[in-house]
Amino acid sequence: MPEKKIDVRYVANLARIALDDEEVAVFQKQLEQIVGYVDKLGELDVAGIEPTSHAHPVTNVFREDVVRQGLEHESVMHNAPEETMDQFKVPKIVE
Amino acid sequence: MKYMADIGLEVHVQLKTESKMFCGCSTSFGADPNTHVCPVCLGYPGAMPVMNGHAIQLTVTSGLMLGCEISNYSKFDRKSYFYPDMPKNYQISQYDKPLCLGGGVDIVVGGEQKRIGMTRIHLEEDVAKNIHFGDCSGIDFNRAGIPLMEIVSEPEMHRPEEAFAYLLALKRILQYADVSDCNLEEGNIRCDVNCSVRPEGSAELGTKAEIKNLNTFKGVLNSLKYEIDRQVEELESGGTIVQETRRWDADAGMTYSMRTKEYAHDYRYFPEPDLMPVVLEEHQVAELRDSLPELPAAKKARFVSEYGIPEYDAGVLSADRKVADFFEATARLCGKAKSASNMIMTEMMRLMGETEMDIDQVKITPEALAELVSLQEGRTINSNTAREIFAELFNNGGMPASIVEERGLGQVSDEGAIVEMVDKVIAENQKSVDDYKAGKEAALKFLIGQVMRHSKGKADPQLAASKLKERMGN
Amino acid sequence: MPELSIKTITELLTLLDKGDISSEDIVRDQLAAIASNDAELGAYIWSSEEDAILQAKEADRRRQSGDSAPLLGIPVAVKDVLNVKGQPCTCASRILEGYTAVYDATSIAKLRQAGAVMAGRTNMDEFAMGSTTENSAFKVTKNPADTSRVPGGSSGGSAAAVAGGEAVAALGTDTGGSIRQPASFCGCVGLKPSYGRVSRYGLTAFASSLDQIGPITKTVEDAALLLEAMAGGDPMDSTSLIEPVPAYADRLPDTLAGVKIGLPKEYLGDGLDPEVRAVIEESIKVCEEAGAELVEVSLPHTEYAIATYYVIATAEASANLARFDGVRYGARVAGADPIDMYCRTREAGFGPEVKRRVILGTYVLSSGYYDAYYLRAQKVRTLIRRDFEAAFKQCSVLLSPVTPAPAYKLGEKESDPLQMYLGDIFTVTANLAGICGISVPAGLTAEKLPVGVQFLGPALGEEAVLGAGHVFERAAGRQ
Repeated sequence: MPEKKIDVRYVANLARIALDDEEVAVFQKQLEQIVGYVDKLGELDVAGIEPTSHAHPVTNVFREDVVRQGLEHESVMHNAPEETMDQFKVPKIVE
Repeated sequence: MKYMADIGLEVHVQLKTESKMFCGCSTSFGADPNTHVCPVCLGYPGAMPVMNGHAIQLTVTSGLMLGCEISNYSKFDRKSYFYPDMPKNYQISQYDKPLCLGGGVDIVVGGEQKRIGMTRIHLEEDVAKNIHFGDCSGIDFNRAGIPLMEIVSEPEMHRPEEAFAYLLALKRILQYADVSDCNLEEGNIRCDVNCSVRPEGSAELGTKAEIKNLNTFKGVLNSLKYEIDRQVEELESGGTIVQETRRWDADAGMTYSMRTKEYAHDYRYFPEPDLMPVVLEEHQVAELRDSLPELPAAKKARFVSEYGIPEYDAGVLSADRKVADFFEATARLCGKAKSASNMIMTEMMRLMGETEMDIDQVKITPEALAELVSLQEGRTINSNTAREIFAELFNNGGMPASIVEERGLGQVSDEGAIVEMVDKVIAENQKSVDDYKAGKEAALKFLIGQVMRHSKGKADPQLAASKLKERMGN
Repeated sequence: MPELSIKTITELLTLLDKGDISSEDIVRDQLAAIASNDAELGAYIWSSEEDAILQAKEADRRRQSGDSAPLLGIPVAVKDVLNVKGQPCTCASRILEGYTAVYDATSIAKLRQAGAVMAGRTNMDEFAMGSTTENSAFKVTKNPADTSRVPGGSSGGSAAAVAGGEAVAALGTDTGGSIRQPASFCGCVGLKPSYGRVSRYGLTAFASSLDQIGPITKTVEDAALLLEAMAGGDPMDSTSLIEPVPAYADRLPDTLAGVKIGLPKEYLGDGLDPEVRAVIEESIKVCEEAGAELVEVSLPHTEYAIATYYVIATAEASANLARFDGVRYGARVAGADPIDMYCRTREAGFGPEVKRRVILGTYVLSSGYYDAYYLRAQKVRTLIRRDFEAAFKQCSVLLSPVTPAPAYKLGEKESDPLQMYLGDIFTVTANLAGICGISVPAGLTAEKLPVGVQFLGPALGEEAVLGAGHVFERAAGRQ
């Protein structure tokens, strides 16, 4: 067994996805394979190359500071899985 | 062993914009829950952020006021962490290319002046508000997406009082710059505090604890006092400081560790693909620099030199930009700076304190105050009347000259009338006259008071005094 | 047998203009086709007769009152990833069950303005992640050319609907080939505009720096008409391009005379299915005969494109899909605390391919790996962009295959994600470079499976690829 490249359970937890053991095993194998393939990026010399975050070199796209009507409260709460006192209800947050 | 503390502050300031950072929803405070929301600030599928240009401008203005270097290239990044108050479960913030770098704030603590260095200022979006109910929590997204400027200081403060002074000075500058309402009740300023202690003489900073989400300056002061003691005690009893996040409980007067199931933070920052970089040209920054308001310290110095008022007065008047503006307008209108200053520092401040009103809310205008000062200086009214009229102007507005006329409050400077009253008072108060003649100066004050009473406060007190002396044979 | 929904937009517009038919006729015909065929084909996730007829009647009213909007009364099937106000938008995911769109995507609003009818929602790979539409949480879509085969993906429902006569035209989205590949597999035209040409506002993001919305149609001209209606700058999308939108359909040429077509040698090497190769070689000949001048070009970083793509796309996806947490909309699985609720909701709500990619994307951004994967991939992306910039100095469009092989059998590649990813090699580069591309039907294999040819153009080179595609389509005798 080659060196483990990715701790699937740890990373899945960062992504807030619960996985059962079977899924961890399947993903472990598949993701190792994919990450192994992606490692081919290491072959290239990228020294001095600027990274591309955007396809086109556009800058300074702003909007005016003007208030626009938002959504109707009813339509917003209509989509809420659970609601309490006009708010989105969630399990108690322990801070 | 003696210990010293190292304190750094991250101050989150809500910028004074009409609309949110990345959408057009209103930023106004106190609306019903979830009524200032749209697909963008609710993190709906498909929604995209668009930068509020005004928020960028306000941040740059702040940076210039605080002596920062303005980045010519700046960008936004996604900071990932899951929390119910975070609509997208990532916050749009700035990681490695903030809008402003460096800068600092001058503070005076215990008569000693010191400059607290800043690391950076970046712009980000606020999160929603959690409301805790018995067995569940509710989320109101009205606040989500409001522009927040985060001002990060260097860990260059060593006493809680310095942190407190830093916050006051920072607030004053931001108010001067008019970039934020700085309203603490509405949560416009919130602080995270980093604090560590180390043995005096040691060069290396100790392990820091972070106290999160303090929303009063007093809270910063008191939590730091507690936290420094706690860390010193911990070390002195042989313990170690754990790097952790703590919460300040103002009622209990202590900080406590936030229990958290989180893994060590891994924010997975990466450039926000939905937003383009901000590139500020020299001339744009120069334009903003040219339109900057005067800093508080500069204004104070100018008040002393330009208006000839005492340093103390200038300090008080320049503490609040709006008060300073009011003073300056009044002084220019009436040309009597010291009198204008006296009136503002005594009557105005007292009434504002009593009524808990802001200078924005009072009815008196610089025009009215200037007229009042002129009336008093020209001895049309005496100081008692002036105070009385001031209160009237403060509460109800209007102009002093017409009030004087309407109510017949003009000062009695008619010699004949005064002499008549003086004679009457002398006749009625032989004992005081004798006292005065025997050298008791206080008796004269009493007699003047009697003249004033007879005149229903309208007599010119200086004239009354001289006539009294004259008739008593002095 | 449908009579109207198998027609092209241009044909229907002529009939509508003459008053021979109404929009309601078209929509009813399309609904009938869906009713009779879709149980087998599985192209649609949702359609509403009431909703579609209402829109069609409104279009007919507009037409009667003299409105001459360019797409007035034309039904368009919409990939289930685009927000259409009042309709569901599940992205073929359980996690968005119960969500009703509260706003129109800009592309949808523009199509509405142009008079189009939003006529139902097509199946797709969950959150557009996949190349077969088998990753839909709801149903399998079959290839109309051979129902034992996949329609491609992720816009498989849109391509199958258009090719199968269940839609006059459709919208797809393309992050790494998701319009062009299913168009090629099903035998229709699929256009991926340049990044930013069509506003992404209202498109549920997969990979924000790569996603584009585009048409899937029966002809290049139809694609031009839809693009014209949708394209343009949008104040709601900072990444949209504000350059003016040409009248694409009016400017389609008759010839390729004077057009230089580049043949990227890396796209025509080993690993190409022989039948696909034969179709592509034939296509090159067709272009040459239509007047094009051929030049060989090189895109030397092609072999790194898949690795680059899967790092960037999954990284962005891991953040984009973080919002699906069961708090504000969509499905929720109860939990003891918010974090527990997220973990359970996302476990139940996401299918395996989405989980796989979100985990991969989280990994490549996580502490200690960012530089080696994400940052490095962004730098390689620069190299890939430069490859295209250099190539487009030598020619105005590139010609290439769309996929290495024709449509595969249902289930054939399900268990080997990496093999599946490698099939995107000829399409992902356009997304990485932000350029435009079109897939046009070019031939059939011995088993009568459609094979498309791809024309790639530079950023904002839509006129060039539509032109090449249009002339090719006619010369190849398909129109």
